[in-house]
Amino acid sequence: MCPNRVRTEQEINGRRGRPITDQDAHEINRVEELSYDLKIHEVMTKKLHTASPEMSLSDVLEILRINRISGVPVVEDGQLAGVLSIEDIVRAMGKNDLMETVGQYMTRRLVTVASYDTIVKAMRTFAESRVGRLPVVNEENKLVGMITKGDITRGILLALQKDYKEEEVRRYRASHLFEDIISDRTTLVLRYNIKAQNFTHGGTASSHIKRALLRLGADPQIARRCGIAVYEAEMNLIIHTTRGGILKLEVEPHRITMSTTDDGPGIPDIEQVLQPGYSTATDQVRELGFGAGMGLVNIKRCVDSMDIESTVSKGTKLIMRIHIPTENLSGRKEE
Amino acid sequence: MDLQQIIERLELNVLTDSRDFTSVHPRGGYTSDLLSCVMAGAKSKYIWVTLQSHLNIVAVAALLDIAAVIITENAHPDHATIAKANEQGVTLLSTSMPNFEVDGKLWEMGLHN
Repeated sequence: MCPNRVRTEQEINGRRGRPITDQDAHEINRVEELSYDLKIHEVMTKKLHTASPEMSLSDVLEILRINRISGVPVVEDGQLAGVLSIEDIVRAMGKNDLMETVGQYMTRRLVTVASYDTIVKAMRTFAESRVGRLPVVNEENKLVGMITKGDITRGILLALQKDYKEEEVRRYRASHLFEDIISDRTTLVLRYNIKAQNFTHGGTASSHIKRALLRLGADPQIARRCGIAVYEAEMNLIIHTTRGGILKLEVEPHRITMSTTDDGPGIPDIEQVLQPGYSTATDQVRELGFGAGMGLVNIKRCVDSMDIESTVSKGTKLIMRIHIPTENLSGRKEE
Repeated sequence: MDLQQIIERLELNVLTDSRDFTSVHPRGGYTSDLLSCVMAGAKSKYIWVTLQSHLNIVAVAALLDIAAVIITENAHPDHATIAKANEQGVTLLSTSMPNFEVDGKLWEMGLHN
């Protein structure tokens, strides 16, 4: 089983990678990743029941019965000599041989795994050797534990649960940001550089922003409104600007300000671009499903205030604000 | 009505990783190939019917928390789109039927929002 040791921040971030989101939680990918991350010594059973070659099979049967296990490693002079499983005992029972010694019936052809190997190695060895349990040895080839498929399953489940807790801790920490840091006016600023024509990454910044807001404890409805507004603004930078621009999010306890700044080409007639359905998108962009002429209309619908300033051949600045009702403050009083 | 029933009745292909579709209960549907219209019209847990199949549908579906995207007329998203959808937890389904027919069948099944 996984020992309850404290991990360093570096281990958490470097080894386990990113924390999982609710959506990821049931994806197989994470389990695969964990199979390569988790070491055998983290999931194996360390409390060992062993037998010696001189013991009688009936004595071992008693050990198996009392401890509800289906096999034991056999140790001779401190060295691992073999494994005796319930199948070996059944074989002996067939011949009415239960008073025989363990040495007579144990499996000597030993398949072992190393404690420092990953659990993927153990899974492969299980598949190849068709045994139900494997002795685990350390660097000096000394028996240090046993591993079964059940240990692996338990280990993975525990690790997944831990990931989930880590995300909760992150969320908790972030949501107290505004409470813990005292100033006359605290603002959290997030900046994203958006490249022109980069459709492949369209919506990435918006997704990050939505996640950040949820972590900060924003109401899901507010996070969703910000997500939609900022997506349209992000796509505008990708579709319409000459060289891309900067997307900025400023979070304060009472309001969220989103803005985009670019250096061209600028909008000749702002009244016109605010008309639903008006679009200057090229046919190529329209084929991708953009250019409905609804971007700014959507933004206006989602935010409490929207301002555009633009100068042709200089650039455009778009500012969007959402006010947070007092009861939705991230640093809200819970009682 | 759950997503599994919809997938079976409409004989949809599941393009993304399989998951427990019986636990997904779509609340309504929205059909458009214009992303901004979808942004405006589709709500959380809606089914989105479209013949768009490029990468950007994933971002839209993820931001809106769409229950599933049904891609029509055999339009097939590329590998990167499917990978991105799996990463973001977005379900992509496909069919040879056009938008109109899919809408009709969903309506018949009782999806009226």
